[in-house]
Amino acid sequence: MSNATTNSETVHRVAFLDRESLAIPVLKILQADGTTFEQAVLPQIDEALANRIHDACVFTRVLDERMLGAQRQGRISFYMTCTGEEAAIVGSVAALDDNDIILAQYREHAALRYRGFSTEQFMNQMFSNEKDLGKGRQMPIHYGCAALNYQTISSPLGTQIPQATGVGYSLKLKGQRNVAVCYFGEGAASEGDFHAGLNMAAVLKSPVIFFCRNNGYAISTPTEEQFAGNGIASRGVGYGMHTIRVDGNDMLAVLAATQQARAYAVENNAPVLIEAMTYRLGAHSSSDDPSGYRSKEEEAKWREHDPVKRFKLWLINKGWMTEAEDVALYEKYREEVLAAVKVAEKVPAPLLEEIIEDVYDKPTPLLQKQLDALKEHVKKYPQSYPKTSGRL
Amino acid sequence: MAEMNMLHAINSALRIAMEKDSTMTVFGEDVGHFGGVFRATSGLQDTFGRARCFNTPLTEQGIAGFANGLASNGMTVVAEIQFADYIFPAFDQIVNESAKFRYRSGNEFNVGGLTFRTPYGGGIAGGHYHSQSPEAYFTGTPGLKVVVPRNAYQAKGLLLASIRDPNPVVFFEPKRLYRASVGEVPEGDYEIELGKAEVLQQGKDITLLGWGAQMEILEKAAEMAAAEGISCEVIDLRTLSPWDVDTVAESVKKTGRLLINHEAPLTGGFAGEIAATIQEECFLYLESPIARVCGLDTPYPLIHEKEYMPDALKTFEAIKACVAF
Ligand SMILES: Cc1ncc(C[n+]2csc(CCOP(=O)(O)OP(=O)(O)O)c2C)c(N)n1
Repeated sequence: MSNATTNSETVHRVAFLDRESLAIPVLKILQADGTTFEQAVLPQIDEALANRIHDACVFTRVLDERMLGAQRQGRISFYMTCTGEEAAIVGSVAALDDNDIILAQYREHAALRYRGFSTEQFMNQMFSNEKDLGKGRQMPIHYGCAALNYQTISSPLGTQIPQATGVGYSLKLKGQRNVAVCYFGEGAASEGDFHAGLNMAAVLKSPVIFFCRNNGYAISTPTEEQFAGNGIASRGVGYGMHTIRVDGNDMLAVLAATQQARAYAVENNAPVLIEAMTYRLGAHSSSDDPSGYRSKEEEAKWREHDPVKRFKLWLINKGWMTEAEDVALYEKYREEVLAAVKVAEKVPAPLLEEIIEDVYDKPTPLLQKQLDALKEHVKKYPQSYPKTSGRL
Repeated sequence: MAEMNMLHAINSALRIAMEKDSTMTVFGEDVGHFGGVFRATSGLQDTFGRARCFNTPLTEQGIAGFANGLASNGMTVVAEIQFADYIFPAFDQIVNESAKFRYRSGNEFNVGGLTFRTPYGGGIAGGHYHSQSPEAYFTGTPGLKVVVPRNAYQAKGLLLASIRDPNPVVFFEPKRLYRASVGEVPEGDYEIELGKAEVLQQGKDITLLGWGAQMEILEKAAEMAAAEGISCEVIDLRTLSPWDVDTVAESVKKTGRLLINHEAPLTGGFAGEIAATIQEECFLYLESPIARVCGLDTPYPLIHEKEYMPDALKTFEAIKACVAF
């Protein structure tokens, strides 16, 4: 029983395999004009689900546009958009159960919105005020919410991948019929943690959906400089897991693939890898300027594949929505976001005491001593520490 | 001399080193065509080609292991880790491999031609994953040199010396000074000797010791103290491993007092090591306990960054307390 991989035929002449040996098809269901391909098998979707998906997409579009503006005005320090990748993110989360646990990278706020994170909650995190669930410790957009089964974002890339394997395994041991869902970019898939996480999931049989947003770039680095193999999907196969590649700008394809991946993972206690082929339409972050490494023409070409527009056309074709309703939805969210910014900006920062909380379950004596000294210091120079001195 | 900011100075050092040493390569995440997220490697690919200045896949573990391999075979290597916070995936390759290559092989092999450059430190509203100062993890590892420049001039001279030093060097760049620190920098080649501290300001009441971005803070605190009639000697350690015990001890024997400032948390920070050594060297000369003004023993917070920082006011208070002891 030593080598489980040997179901190979024997040959007597040297013959190497290469990236083309593994033909990986791309699942496409929805066409650019909002109609579906003739032989396409549609996912399970009704009007309510379709509208919930569309709603999360529109909200995210508006949020991204407004908050990037707010960053430029200096009202928040940092921002990242998911523009162009909404179908990959919302299409996948919409296939899940609300008790499936999400471990995201940082560009998946649309999934959090879909789960029910309120506009106010988004703002509290972005403005690091005292209502922020993360207590103002992380940069804007590093959300997390236990009530919505969305683990808090950690910046070091790839760390969530083996963690997801552990989360999935815990769900299996608890006998829960749920999965862990792990988002990451094709860049992060180069980290050692990716290989560790996938191998462990496949060997230990952990119910996880590994969802790769292959959006063409890791900051300035294009995929040709990131990997030489057949994308990320080939690695899923290499580690021995069910794998599928989908058009990441096709809401219905992502939804269909994720629905079936989830069913398979729960049924078999096994991982699945989904590679969504998409494009990062925006800059990497508000600190980045993509004109230094890619052309306007390339971006314009991808704009034609706008996933939100494509899905909207399908909704209109179905008679589940009108153009006017869509316009009104954008308008509603523009007002809502603006109003929420104004409120969140005025909420005070977390109290100084909180600086030593959560390092351990209780502050250690040394931390307490450091806080006491800090308070004395702030009292002495209140004008130099305006965020906290007024509320000591 | 030319006016340069620290990024230009680093870029100039890399360019000179690559011109003079055809075995030298420069690589890391986004360092190729784009020139790095901070633009420290701008233009190098244009000049030296893709074989010598290139993007790597996104894997610090891979970058460090690959760098070890190149250097072990006689190449000169400058590898960039995009943020010091992300050096930890490479930790095993650096502390177990780079640091011990020479020792474990009886000098059959070494990675002397290797330098890791990485931006460190806070004050940029970056939260805890874009602000850490992890130098003490590396000063605790025999076999590595650890270098931290305080301004553009120092950065160029120290980086050239690090690249040419026959030992692996971890070169921490204070990112909040990248563009803020502008000064006169020679366009040509020069080196600043590793392992030597620099006395920036003579004084007689207390020695203030620091490195990197905190030197600005110490100079400001010294100014505030001077206004109260306290005379501070200010020293930049520059190389943390091996550190210049003699220069610091000599100063403390003169002033009788020592204050060390660093951004990393107090506990386990490099200031503790310095304090222990100076206490041994200068016990009979000390007129007050050695003071440490450091980051809190918490992760680096975003919203309370100002409160967390070992700033000039905290340093000033500590100076007064030492002198009044
Ligand atoms: C361990 C680590 N190294 C480097 C970084 C800096 N960094 C942040 S995002 C990023 C690019 C990630 O690209 P990808 O995974 O493809 O996701 P995308 O941004 O394209 O959505 C890099 C290099 C980091 N956060 N963590």
